[in-house]
Amino acid sequence: MLDTSPRFEPLPSAPGVGYKPQHFQDLLDAPGPVAWIEVHAENYMGDGGRPLAQLATLSEQFAISIHGVGLSIGGEAALDIDHLSRLKKLCDWIKPASFSEHLAWSTHGAEFMNDLLPLPYTPATLDRVAAHINQVQDTLGRQMLLENPSSYLTFAQSTLSETDFLFELTQRTSCGLLLDVNNVFISSTNLGLSPQAYIDAYPTNKVGEMHVGGHDEDHDDRGAPLLIDSHGKPVVDPVWALLDYALAQTGPKPVLVEWDNDVPDWPTLRAEALRAAHALTS
Amino acid sequence: MTSQSRFRAGLLDPAQPVPDGLCDGGGRPAGRRYDVYRNNVAVSLIEAMKTAFPLVLKLIGTQNFDRLAGIYVRDHPPSSPLMMFYGARFPDFLEGFAPLAHIGYLSDAARLDIALRQSYHAADAAPFDPEPLQKFSSEALLEATIRLAPSTRILRSCWPLHDIWVFNQSTDAEKPRSISQDILVTRVGFDPIPHALPVGGALWLETLASGVSFGEAHDIALAAHTDFDLATCLTLALSTQALAAINHKDHR
Repeated sequence: MLDTSPRFEPLPSAPGVGYKPQHFQDLLDAPGPVAWIEVHAENYMGDGGRPLAQLATLSEQFAISIHGVGLSIGGEAALDIDHLSRLKKLCDWIKPASFSEHLAWSTHGAEFMNDLLPLPYTPATLDRVAAHINQVQDTLGRQMLLENPSSYLTFAQSTLSETDFLFELTQRTSCGLLLDVNNVFISSTNLGLSPQAYIDAYPTNKVGEMHVGGHDEDHDDRGAPLLIDSHGKPVVDPVWALLDYALAQTGPKPVLVEWDNDVPDWPTLRAEALRAAHALTS
Repeated sequence: MTSQSRFRAGLLDPAQPVPDGLCDGGGRPAGRRYDVYRNNVAVSLIEAMKTAFPLVLKLIGTQNFDRLAGIYVRDHPPSSPLMMFYGARFPDFLEGFAPLAHIGYLSDAARLDIALRQSYHAADAAPFDPEPLQKFSSEALLEATIRLAPSTRILRSCWPLHDIWVFNQSTDAEKPRSISQDILVTRVGFDPIPHALPVGGALWLETLASGVSFGEAHDIALAAHTDFDLATCLTLALSTQALAAINHKDHR
């Protein structure tokens, strides 16, 4: 009998880590509490070689989450059809347990800015983002999760709160949500809001996955705190506490530890995953 | 101008003012909060360039590379979300960059970095089966065509490019000699490696890749380089798995 059924669907309500190639062997040999991994879609859009071979091997042992960083769902222009096709090819091949992208834009005209840029929350941007999400879900033939951004500023023209904007998107597209708890903490601190109030207003029944990660601390022109989403440090205690707060409302969910810069050795990252495991069982 | 055009305009140009309509949480002008995006974009693109061009980075050092990449990313931001292929215009940019004109081989070093990266991400292929080479009659062999492996790249250089690469990989390599070296990049398994090509080897392989027969490619290489040696080139191509398959219309 051919063993072709998807092994891991949906993502398990367990800790995951953002996959880094330097952890390949350690992850296979001593995963600890890690039950799934997340990879950035764009790093696996080559034609072959080690990246695809590693992903294929890992997919036999771990549930895979494909996390796009280049689709520019919040962009003013139409989605890049070629990029969407590459994404479909990748998803059809690896059959991930989850696909997610960001409430952000990165492509403008012929240029890709390689960063997640913010958009105002208005009825017009809501229409556009909803249309893009529907296009992605129709093309991939699956539900996607949309991640809340980390905000450093707001737009004077915004008329909707971020949580209302996200709720409306779930209503119009049936998409799920990726709740990045670190981003909630960063945005709330930067904009002088309560992170708990954000979670209270957030459609927690739509959450399919959560993120935690590290951030840097800076300040704005007036000396007000300005946190930067750097993914280069351990998760701070207030973010773990906010994860507990969110999990109390959502129930157990897949929780990913993101560490993309100054990547630590495997035992250090695994220790962060262990902390996520405790959060899920306490 | 659209809202995203205004937001984009200042990202890679610190001389541009912070766009209107951006605020802090209390409705006051965003000020340096916008600079977080400026910094994210510039730093992430420069980091991508460092990953993409390790040989160039080694040759000119981090400080010089950061300055150089800072100019390049402003002039040539990525045109695709596939950052693994970012920097395609860097060799030409280096060629036209007057302050570094004294390091003439820098643009070829960048081309080598690109070739290695392309090879790394190229499609996998089954190892070349040399059996037909022995089984074919000499007549059939001359008429046969050979395809190169998807991960094979050929570079021409009037600099000692292979010696420069070797010199920058190890601590005890000999100083590059003053010669021209064409390069064959191949991938056995997953790791691309550059090899110095013998005289005429680049032309021979390029000719084969264009679909010309084995016999004709040999004649073309020999006509251009009287000291072209088929045996040496074929041995190198076989031992480095540069070839994908040999085909003859009568042999399937």
